[in-house]
Amino acid sequence: MSSSAQDTGSAVAGRQGGFYAWINKRFPLDRMLKEHVTEYYAPKNLNWWYVFGFLSMLVLVIQLVTGIFLTMSYKPSATEAFASVEYIMRDVEWGWLLRYMHSTGASLFFVVVYIHMFRALMYGSYKSPRELLWVIGMFIYLALAAEAFFGYLLPWGQMSYWGAQVIVSLAGAIPLVGESLVEWVRGDFFISDITLNRFFALHVIAVPLILVGLVVVHILALHEVGSNNPDGVEIKEKKGPDGKPLDGVPFHPYDTAKDLIAMIVFLIVFSAIVFFAPEMGGYFLEHANFEPADPLKTPEHIAPVWYFTPFYAVLRAVPDKLGGVILMGGAMLVLFFLPWLDRSPVKSLRYRGWMSKTALAAFVVSFIALGYLGTQPATGAYTVAARVFTVIYFAYFVLMPFYTKYDEVKPVPERVSHHG
Amino acid sequence: MSDDVDLSRRHFLGVATAVTGGVGAVFAAVPFLASWQPSARAQALGAPVEVDIGKLEPGAMVKVEWRGKPVWLLRRSDDMLDRVGKFADQLRDPDSEQPQQPDYAKNEFRSIKPEVLVVVGSCTHLGCSPIERFDVAPADLGPDWEGGFYCPCHGSTFDLAGRVYKGVPAPLNLAVPPHRYLSDSVVLIGADSGVA
Repeated sequence: MSSSAQDTGSAVAGRQGGFYAWINKRFPLDRMLKEHVTEYYAPKNLNWWYVFGFLSMLVLVIQLVTGIFLTMSYKPSATEAFASVEYIMRDVEWGWLLRYMHSTGASLFFVVVYIHMFRALMYGSYKSPRELLWVIGMFIYLALAAEAFFGYLLPWGQMSYWGAQVIVSLAGAIPLVGESLVEWVRGDFFISDITLNRFFALHVIAVPLILVGLVVVHILALHEVGSNNPDGVEIKEKKGPDGKPLDGVPFHPYDTAKDLIAMIVFLIVFSAIVFFAPEMGGYFLEHANFEPADPLKTPEHIAPVWYFTPFYAVLRAVPDKLGGVILMGGAMLVLFFLPWLDRSPVKSLRYRGWMSKTALAAFVVSFIALGYLGTQPATGAYTVAARVFTVIYFAYFVLMPFYTKYDEVKPVPERVSHHG
Repeated sequence: MSDDVDLSRRHFLGVATAVTGGVGAVFAAVPFLASWQPSARAQALGAPVEVDIGKLEPGAMVKVEWRGKPVWLLRRSDDMLDRVGKFADQLRDPDSEQPQQPDYAKNEFRSIKPEVLVVVGSCTHLGCSPIERFDVAPADLGPDWEGGFYCPCHGSTFDLAGRVYKGVPAPLNLAVPPHRYLSDSVVLIGADSGVA
């Protein structure tokens, strides 16, 4: 007891101010700041691809703050929900801004998270010793998908209603228990006020709690293993006499300064969308959702919001209900196994051969193509194309153990190379 | 004394505590999970619906809501009945083998009275509501179209008895809800026996 108090005391020695010392005797503030901010060493060669983790947290904060304020005017009931959103848009002071920030934030959350994940694919950030970091990140992605899905029902528009109808029915494809599972999730014989009320609870408290918890765990895991970098070199292996990585720089001020620039650029883009194109031509806010939900009338064309369309295209590519559901779930879950599918001796794409590069390029093309196809009607040529790209999507993972093993790799340098 | 720990006893007590606590946690979870079941009010609102089809012309269809789903009552004309089953080889389940209807509707026309079709108008693929397309050989559905139902979501097609065609995403025929005739013209949807 007394010795730990002494340690903390000496740790803050040299700092002015009795209050800071008073805090540190009672709470490890200084120790935590050092461990996670001022003395967390990040590789000095991190490029701009590395700002998207920070940007994800920024969007999370935007969503939490705007979301809390939206709940103050929103009514989670089938008779009032649609009108309460109109009320927020028209009558609540600055309500339109809060809502557009929240709806734009939802789409941009997926933009930054998809780029963040692509970065990991490119530089092999999921490889040992960062497998668990990747798996935690995948859980964050699933929680984010659930959060977006539950939130999309709340405006109670036609697309909210029928989108939820389609996704909830997916569980019905499970043999034997499927139908009762669907009934249990809805709490009714159809998507109703009861469903809306529970989705509201899940969207505003249950999933956000899980999400924030997972983000904390993700960062703790990151700071335990250290950040990867574009060269895929472990900076902890080359330490100076002071025990600090030779190729590392303190997160603060070096990376915080860079993240700040990213934040400014991001907020310019964010504001441009919020103020000039909040609907984004029907991609961020779908046109059909400006009509109140009608259980007896299906919209002519049902498409999920853009960030789910790649998986939706996979679902529709299969002419069998259960098969489609399994393949769609598989398209998301297969990402969990990436650390064990990749047999390459090197992490970064910089030192990999043409096979890995081609595979990643084909994967990105198929993901974007599926995303486009998911917004289009499922007819003739579109269905054929969706099947082709579904095969390419899965080939990236299924063939990975082979092409990463036989691919020619270049020697990885001892230290990180000099890049910005 | 303190070194003299009976490890096997400690292990047994640890496991016993964990198992007891685990059983308690499972029982404690039951009320929470059960609270998601349809409530008493939801079940009451899901009660059967009466429909009078006395004034329904041949070839006309009426839609009613039952448990939030559209239920269609179509009075098929003789011409429409002729078209039912014309393409049995193109149907996935022409003989209604799958349990998508009560036994009394497991027949050629999937109905109690041949002319009156009663089906849940919600696609068996993902629950969208198909559109009635009774026109023969329209431009968009091709020259072989004999009239039926078309789902705008993912293109599933059904014939005039709600039977699904092959090669579309919907796996099953449209469901026939439990129903019975209270009189010649009044249908009760949602119950086929007992008191409504």
